[in-house]
Amino acid sequence: MSDIIHTAAPPRIERSGTATKTYAIFIGLGLVLLLVAPLFFYPIFLMKLLCFALFACAFNLLLGYTGLLSFGHATFFGGAAYFTAHVVKVWGLSPELGILVGAFGAAVLGLIMGFFAIRRQGIYFAMITLALSQMFFFFCLQAEFTHGEDGIQSVPRGHLFGFIDLSETTNMYYFVLAVFLIGMAIIWRFINSPFGMILKSIRENEQRAISLGYSVSRYKLGAFVMSAALAGLAGGTKALVFQFATLTDVGWQMSGEVILMTLLGGIGTLIGPIFGAGLVVALQNYLATSEFPVTIITGVVFMVCVLLFRRGLIGEFYASRLGRKLGFEHRR
Amino acid sequence: MTMIFGIPLQAFLGQLLIGLINGSFYALLSLGLAVIFGLLRVINFAHGAQYMLGAFVAMLMLQYFGINYWFALVLAPLVVGLFGAITERFLLSRLYKLDHLYGLLFTFGLALTIEGTFRYLYGSSGQPYSVPTQLAGGTNLGFMFLPIYRGWVVVVSLVACIGTWLLIEKTKLGAYLRAATENPILVQAFGVNVPVLLTLTYGLGAGLAAFAGVLAAPIYQVSPLMGSNIIIVVFAVVVVGGMGSIMGAILTGYMLGIAEGLTKVFYPEASSIVIFVIMAIVLLLRPAGLFGRDV
Repeated sequence: MSDIIHTAAPPRIERSGTATKTYAIFIGLGLVLLLVAPLFFYPIFLMKLLCFALFACAFNLLLGYTGLLSFGHATFFGGAAYFTAHVVKVWGLSPELGILVGAFGAAVLGLIMGFFAIRRQGIYFAMITLALSQMFFFFCLQAEFTHGEDGIQSVPRGHLFGFIDLSETTNMYYFVLAVFLIGMAIIWRFINSPFGMILKSIRENEQRAISLGYSVSRYKLGAFVMSAALAGLAGGTKALVFQFATLTDVGWQMSGEVILMTLLGGIGTLIGPIFGAGLVVALQNYLATSEFPVTIITGVVFMVCVLLFRRGLIGEFYASRLGRKLGFEHRR
Repeated sequence: MTMIFGIPLQAFLGQLLIGLINGSFYALLSLGLAVIFGLLRVINFAHGAQYMLGAFVAMLMLQYFGINYWFALVLAPLVVGLFGAITERFLLSRLYKLDHLYGLLFTFGLALTIEGTFRYLYGSSGQPYSVPTQLAGGTNLGFMFLPIYRGWVVVVSLVACIGTWLLIEKTKLGAYLRAATENPILVQAFGVNVPVLLTLTYGLGAGLAAFAGVLAAPIYQVSPLMGSNIIIVVFAVVVVGGMGSIMGAILTGYMLGIAEGLTKVFYPEASSIVIFVIMAIVLLLRPAGLFGRDV
């Protein structure tokens, strides 16, 4: 029976050696774009985008590279936002320490949730993470330090390392960009490490990995905690950008949103979730002023993605003729 | 006044009744989830939305066509079941060959769309649906006051649960369903039209959710959000029960509803999370769930 619900891999997209050059060029271009972007776009929008992009990439670490669908990642994102907001506002910690506390807190939450969730696989894993994250939502609703429905308001951005004033929007932007790049570097290093390779082997064939002697549940838990910590990094940063932390970030809708970002961009691609996040955030911004609810569009996009392009934007690009010409390879 | 564990008996029984009613809805919904999952291997995230649709269809039928509660109790599940069957036939059925997670994601998108549409059309606030006159009022049992409608909900949902169980365990159609759960290819080879069976099953599951929705309409407010509030709890119920057995899903639903009601008496702050706590404990002690066969 267990083979029926075992976690099969999402569409895989790998990069061949020849693509490295193309990749380097794209990354260089992307970096330049990010550096000059505040000249052309509203910085708050960009910062929001970067936070969500990092969040989606952290989520993808779990779904794309380990094959685990978590429906509770809002807990780490929103939880870290609360932690960071609290320690910065009430304890008066500096912003960089605040974000680290947020990420660490998210890692601890990830350890607890992962401990329970990895006992089941596939669909059950998704339901358990969803239920536990709903439990955390109720905790945040009732706990003292989160201030219930109001959330933690007017969090000071403070001074980075004591002398860089982050209330200055430009400074804040480059700080967020730095956090984003550090997070992405960690993810890149992680998936290319021996640990990451073992995770991929678990994704491809869990039974085989077990038979090779790997303690699969320990690796899964490691990946879960890592993904939670990075999601926390994004959440903590977001709390400083918007200077508040509210219940919205811990609700199940947020967990759904990050799944959509990853799915839309391309599950299992390093940069896909960034584009997915960009699209979703841009769509939300665009519809924020209209009365038309975003949920309808989100839901329809979800269904269309699942039915028609499961590889996501970047995955489809890699698999397209142009993508293959540039040296990307789509393996099935 | 009679006391039990230091709590007035009336409050105790009152919460027990509320627990039993919530349990009825958990049982009906987790039963539908288990039926769908058993055959389609899809976790129907849209189950909550279909429950909400049931309540809304009943309310709209009353508003626009003057169709009363009793007809709505039959018609709304049929309408929603038909809608479910159409969705399954044309969209969901394309996903069976893929990882089951895609089914979950698809139905999640479906749930968001339905919920968003109703929120757009009718706003987030709840609308009342009055109790049918035949079931209005209450009766004094001597030790407590029992609103007749609530008693009706408990009885009728129990009947619906047992009916579904009998349908699956004791009829020819049920035998086909169970056989197709074990080995769809073999069943097809015997000349049973399995795709139609799948469509029927999804329609049945959606119809059950809608039936629960109509039952719930007079108790809770009819609101677009009523589905998503309950579905996550039902997921926890399903994890506790394990989806291996139909009876397991029913029993777990009632048990957890009652556990939730009792928590409201003794420690109200924890009542919203008690089911999740129970889920965590069960995961520690019996990872496959109380009635589950597969991990």
